[in-house]
Amino acid sequence: MQFLKKVFSSAWHTLFGDPVRAFGVVSLVLLLALAVTPTKEHFSQWHRYQRQYLSLIRDRGDAVSLRRRFQPGIHQIWLPDLGVVDRCTTCHLGLSEASLADEHRQPFRKHPVIPHALEGFGCVICHGGQGAATTVAEAHHSQRDGEMPILPTRYIEAGCGQCHQNALAGTPQLNLGRSMLTRYGCVHCHTITQPDGTKVAATDHPPSLVHIADKSSREWIYSWLKDPQAYAASTTMPNYKLSDTDASDISAYLISSSKSQAGDTVAPGVKTVAATDPAAGASLYGESFCSSCHAVQNAAGNLVGGDVGPELTRIGNKVKPEWLLAWLDNPRIYDATTPMPHYRFTSQQIATLAGYLQAKSDSDYGTNVHLSATTPQQIAHGRKLIVELGCAACHEIGGVQKPDNFAPELSTIGSKPLAQIVFLAGMDHSLPTYIAGKIRQPRAFGGSTKMPQFSLTNAQTDAVTTALLALTSRSRSMPDSLRIAEVVETNYQPAGHAGKLMTELACFSCHRIQGKGGDMAPDLTWEGSAVQRQWLSDFLKNPNTLRPSLIRRMPRFNLSDNDNKELTDYILAVYQSPVVDPDLAPSATNSPDLVEHGRQLFYSKYACQGCHIADTKTDKGYIGPTLTQVGSRLTPAWVCAWLRNPQALRPGTAQPNQNLNEEDAGALTAFLMSLKGSSAKGGKR
Amino acid sequence: MKQSAATDPIFPRVMHVASCLTILALVPFAGCKREPSAVSALKATASGTALIESSGGHQVGATGTALKDPLVVQVNDEHGTAVAGAIVEFHGPLGVSFDPAAVLTDSSGQATTAVTLGSISGLYHLSAVTPAKSHSVTLDAVETALGYQQRLGAILADRYCTRCHDPESSAERVSNFDNLEVKPHTFSDGNTLNKMSDADLVAIIEHGGPALNRSALMPSYRNTLSAAEIRALIAYSRAVSDPPYQAAGTVYANK
Repeated sequence: MQFLKKVFSSAWHTLFGDPVRAFGVVSLVLLLALAVTPTKEHFSQWHRYQRQYLSLIRDRGDAVSLRRRFQPGIHQIWLPDLGVVDRCTTCHLGLSEASLADEHRQPFRKHPVIPHALEGFGCVICHGGQGAATTVAEAHHSQRDGEMPILPTRYIEAGCGQCHQNALAGTPQLNLGRSMLTRYGCVHCHTITQPDGTKVAATDHPPSLVHIADKSSREWIYSWLKDPQAYAASTTMPNYKLSDTDASDISAYLISSSKSQAGDTVAPGVKTVAATDPAAGASLYGESFCSSCHAVQNAAGNLVGGDVGPELTRIGNKVKPEWLLAWLDNPRIYDATTPMPHYRFTSQQIATLAGYLQAKSDSDYGTNVHLSATTPQQIAHGRKLIVELGCAACHEIGGVQKPDNFAPELSTIGSKPLAQIVFLAGMDHSLPTYIAGKIRQPRAFGGSTKMPQFSLTNAQTDAVTTALLALTSRSRSMPDSLRIAEVVETNYQPAGHAGKLMTELACFSCHRIQGKGGDMAPDLTWEGSAVQRQWLSDFLKNPNTLRPSLIRRMPRFNLSDNDNKELTDYILAVYQSPVVDPDLAPSATNSPDLVEHGRQLFYSKYACQGCHIADTKTDKGYIGPTLTQVGSRLTPAWVCAWLRNPQALRPGTAQPNQNLNEEDAGALTAFLMSLKGSSAKGGKR
Repeated sequence: MKQSAATDPIFPRVMHVASCLTILALVPFAGCKREPSAVSALKATASGTALIESSGGHQVGATGTALKDPLVVQVNDEHGTAVAGAIVEFHGPLGVSFDPAAVLTDSSGQATTAVTLGSISGLYHLSAVTPAKSHSVTLDAVETALGYQQRLGAILADRYCTRCHDPESSAERVSNFDNLEVKPHTFSDGNTLNKMSDADLVAIIEHGGPALNRSALMPSYRNTLSAAEIRALIAYSRAVSDPPYQAAGTVYANK
């Protein structure tokens, strides 16, 4: 103690013994204290990067101009409207330097070309992360207080999706993810409200199970519930990993709750023709273009066909013969809202097609399923399971109410604080990993999770994750002016008898009209302006092909003459484009000189034969429609307007806009209208 | 020796510089070796003398995403028969990940791995390595990662261009290539396209083939595609060019 006192007093004396000494020491301390901040700054991370950048550009050919654009110190992009305070450019110094395109070292890379300017949007809007931070750890990886680390590159399109509610050409992954959210039934259970307040609506068509016993056996339902993908590899129905008893009890309830409906099945005596002619069935299946919507697995295991309707590989195992006959006769009796057209088959055709489809079965499928008779307890248990698992969120089920908000809302899942998430052991603690993991294996997150197992590819999982990561709270606080609204399907419904016919024929499953319908076939919004009456009527009676290379084509419906006329009249009268004026069209009788001039333009100046066939002997173009009969198909007014600006009439069409002047368009129209084809000479086909 | 090291002030500095240089020299390799634990966990039961690529090379993917198809290589012995149970390690530049990074060949001698490309667009030179008796055998595979602009170009090309420019034909999408007298160049035809400047390509797309005295069957897209879309198409063709496209312009001494 004595010793310490002695040391202290001697030190005191040395430092502050006399006023001069004391003044000197205090000055020195003050000087050191003042030097702390500049020293810290000198050794700070961003300063080090700036020095690295300077030495990087020193040896380059354009060092002088790069050096001139370099500004030392902290940089900041401040956009108060967007809530952006980004200092990323302090270290990322080469983002706008085109000449650094060959530099791959971070943080000096040039930013890849995107449609947005750095100064207009900053960085974190798309990439996430903490823009105001000035260290790598805080800017890129901070998870404090609900802060989000930057988005991994594989999900970067989620950044676009915050403003772009519409489908952008450059974001295929986001677009796929969004369409999957509506197509795989996600939004039946999870509510997703978009920033503009609209709810994301499902686009799938989960079948009603109210009359299921008319259609399928309890054994099939059991096998299906146990493993939907074993029946049809392409189905979107997820696997609920049910035990044998649970699957048996659910099937028992579904059968017991099913009510038979008149017309769902054909009485056994009625099926007059025992159709076992596979060749005739296959050709009818082909002629009716069933494969435009339905897929069948071929011998190599590949699915061939469309995905609008269910896969038919094992349809014979699924449906009862008497139901199939009734369905093929008129599907709208069993399911009034089905996308399947009412083909108006003859009874002979129905029998042939039913026989052909019934033979599409797997003799091994469900052979070892033997279910005992049901007890009331089993049925009650089945109902309880249906309520617990939320089956009625997708399917209409007799005696069970459709639950509301069955699963957690996902409207801001992209900003879910990590503190609220229970991660699995060994899992990377990040939101993308959590979401992807949950989609991939929902049941791994605890036995109480009701979410079923979807069978998705890795690319599909990434796509759904991207779409979910786009649902951030930032996207909701963004100014409305920045938001690009989604193109929402209209609820257009054609009127009258023709409207009823169009619903029955399910035109909207393939064609888009006034913003409603599919994209498999041409948009018919202006069809009335485009085509001639005789051609349309003939086409509806017997659709021939316009594009030789297409395999998905318009099926033939056995329309009555009266229905045919009604439909033709309606299309011609109602689907008229305001910009195609028949009165302004070139006259129907054109001078041979004009036709010849048009022919010259067709073959030389515009080289249309590259894509179209005007003369089957010489032309080979395979992309656009065949034009050999275009003069009896299209109206001159439409041809002329189309040639001048195709995209104005049908947005997104592949025909380039050649910016034709009036004279050239007139001559080409004259030439095209002279192509009447052979059928016109021979009268009606 | 020890004495001189302590007394000679130059020596520690030399050591210091030398060690720094060694570390610097090793840095480029640091990214290559991924998950050495996965490698050591596998026990090879056989070894081959040759590696051949079965499938999965020359794919085009987006930056940061997994390639559509896995990379599959086959290990053969000196007689050309497949070797099962040989170890194959996969290496790539920084940012590329393999799942798994090392794998034993299956009964048909094949090693399969899923490849995720890095976040920089461009060519990725990957390699598969298998230890042979005296030395190890290496096989190189090249994959392409497209950035935003290049991928937009790919999508536009698919909509407007490839029906004529790509001879590949399928039932779903019949190519028009064979129907054209003057054959269009594929987007990856580097031997032809690399000689053309961006301005030439813009001119052809904007004004059609006749603009550069080429086929009139190539129409003008000036009124159909925006300038940005045309730039995207060119960026895409440059990205998939084979042989690879080297941008003309300033060449830096240190490259």
